[in-house]
Amino acid sequence: MGYVTTRENMDTILASMSDAYDIFAPKVFEGEGCFSDQDSIRYGKITSLDEMEWERKSEYSFKEALLAVQENLFYFTEDQVTVPKISDKGILIFLRSCDLAAVKRLDQIYLNNGPEDFYYKRLREKAKFILMGCTESCASGFCVSMGTNQSENYDLYLKTDGNQVFADCKDEALAAYFAGAQEKGQAEPADVKPDYVTENAQQVTLPRNLSVDTFKNSIWEEYGNRCIGCGRCNFVCPTCTCFTMQDVYYQENAKVGERRRVWASCQVDGYTDMAGGHAFRKSQGERMRFKVMHKIYDFEKRFGYPMCVGCGRCDDVCPEYISYANCVNRLAKEEQ
Amino acid sequence: MKNDMNAYVPFLSEIKKVIRHTDIEYTFRMEYTGDVKPGQFFEVSIPKYGEAPISVSGIGENTIDLTIRRVGKVTNEIFENYEGDSLYLRGPYGNGFDVKNYQGKELVVIAGGTGLSPVKGVVDYFASHTEEAEKVTLIAGFKSPADVLFKADFEKWQQTIQVIRTVDGAEEGYTGKIGLVTKYIPELPIENPENTVFIVVGPPVMMKFAVAEVLKRGIKEENIWISNERKMCCGIGKCGHCKIGETYICLDGPVFNYADGKNLID
Repeated sequence: MGYVTTRENMDTILASMSDAYDIFAPKVFEGEGCFSDQDSIRYGKITSLDEMEWERKSEYSFKEALLAVQENLFYFTEDQVTVPKISDKGILIFLRSCDLAAVKRLDQIYLNNGPEDFYYKRLREKAKFILMGCTESCASGFCVSMGTNQSENYDLYLKTDGNQVFADCKDEALAAYFAGAQEKGQAEPADVKPDYVTENAQQVTLPRNLSVDTFKNSIWEEYGNRCIGCGRCNFVCPTCTCFTMQDVYYQENAKVGERRRVWASCQVDGYTDMAGGHAFRKSQGERMRFKVMHKIYDFEKRFGYPMCVGCGRCDDVCPEYISYANCVNRLAKEEQ
Repeated sequence: MKNDMNAYVPFLSEIKKVIRHTDIEYTFRMEYTGDVKPGQFFEVSIPKYGEAPISVSGIGENTIDLTIRRVGKVTNEIFENYEGDSLYLRGPYGNGFDVKNYQGKELVVIAGGTGLSPVKGVVDYFASHTEEAEKVTLIAGFKSPADVLFKADFEKWQQTIQVIRTVDGAEEGYTGKIGLVTKYIPELPIENPENTVFIVVGPPVMMKFAVAEVLKRGIKEENIWISNERKMCCGIGKCGHCKIGETYICLDGPVFNYADGKNLID
């Protein structure tokens, strides 16, 4: 059901929603960028539209709302393990179409690859997604190539235009807020369809004849010479799901501590290290190959669709200006 | 015992017995009831230090054996534990070996070092059920005489199956066999290559060369099984560390038929 309302009234709606939901959206963190005087745009909690960043793409994806950078799995004492409780509130996540497609990839790994992940599931079950449309393409994204430019499976679509806010609500519980506003004369029915782009400046052609032989391609070595193994591409990626276990104990009482999982990167040293010193993929070239092949080949072979959603964040964030999109295009070109 | 809701929560298991093989390798006999197969593994944890995947090296009534080497952060700490103490475990994970694949066949098990652990349950089974296989041979290699594991088990096995125990090198005067496991593959008596199956487990380099020798004997790829060891933080297909291509070693392995396993390129 579609509605039109004002910014002020939408803020009233968001304020009442925030009683029942934690609302996550892209925000500007002033001066917190990697370089001096640069802002960082990443996800944080909001309760009003003004706190959100609508124009610029978030450097980091929404995924930390469902998978914390560092997540406490349990506390332990000598013979007891206690799983931390979470808030009773629901979760609302503002995101773009490419990121909404990434939710499907996260679900695939955390809910449908082996047993369900308790921690992901308990957040995912109460998460609802608010689609932010795109009227024009971001510079590095290639959602059209990946088929993730348009989404239907949102719970709420929101668009701001000057002082007007347009909404299309599919979720029953959220619809009640708009119906309530309508009763008070603060919102009117309207025909609202999400904006989406049909063209990107960056286009990507997926190679269709990859195989184990692709491993021998010399381009991996070439990229390996440039990559410094910082892992930023993994951390900004909305579909990267790897983590490493980490135990910490408290200085006051060494018998009490907690086990956490923290985001891991297949590009960073230590990813494959086993007790005794065995390790695999020691060169950055092999790691680049591992990552790219996972995004466009391995995942699809296992689950039937590519992992990459074409958000372009990895290309935005690489300190060595390595373009994943370009790498994929080169592989495709070699097939011709 | 097992937390059905939350796979990450470990259960406490009492150490029933500690068997010391070498200065750095011990077997911990742990309390455990439930289904488990040789070649499966448990995530063994010690609060404050972390978790490591450890193969089941023996299956008893209400116990499992975990043979652990003192080499990593987690594994060193385990050695401070004794009979009566407890360790946190979760599992079993992985597919494990299916003895059905080897019944009625000439079975040859080739193991290198701690690689004997995951396959030891299979050897135990056929050593006590010799009638279920045409013939059973174990070729086990260790670095030196001081590194030999499961000495008591070897004595038992020698009574019912063919055992070749070898060390890579030894001091002068050592009377046992010396040489890599690959040395013994060409001369191995094989009645019928079509009906012969191999299990090869050990360090990556040892597996590579041992399998090459086995193939030279005219054994089909489908008649060879291997088990892969990788870093695993979860054991349940989430953490990503053990992924090779589209394969998750923790879910799809660690045991693979070589016809599939040969395509696993890290």
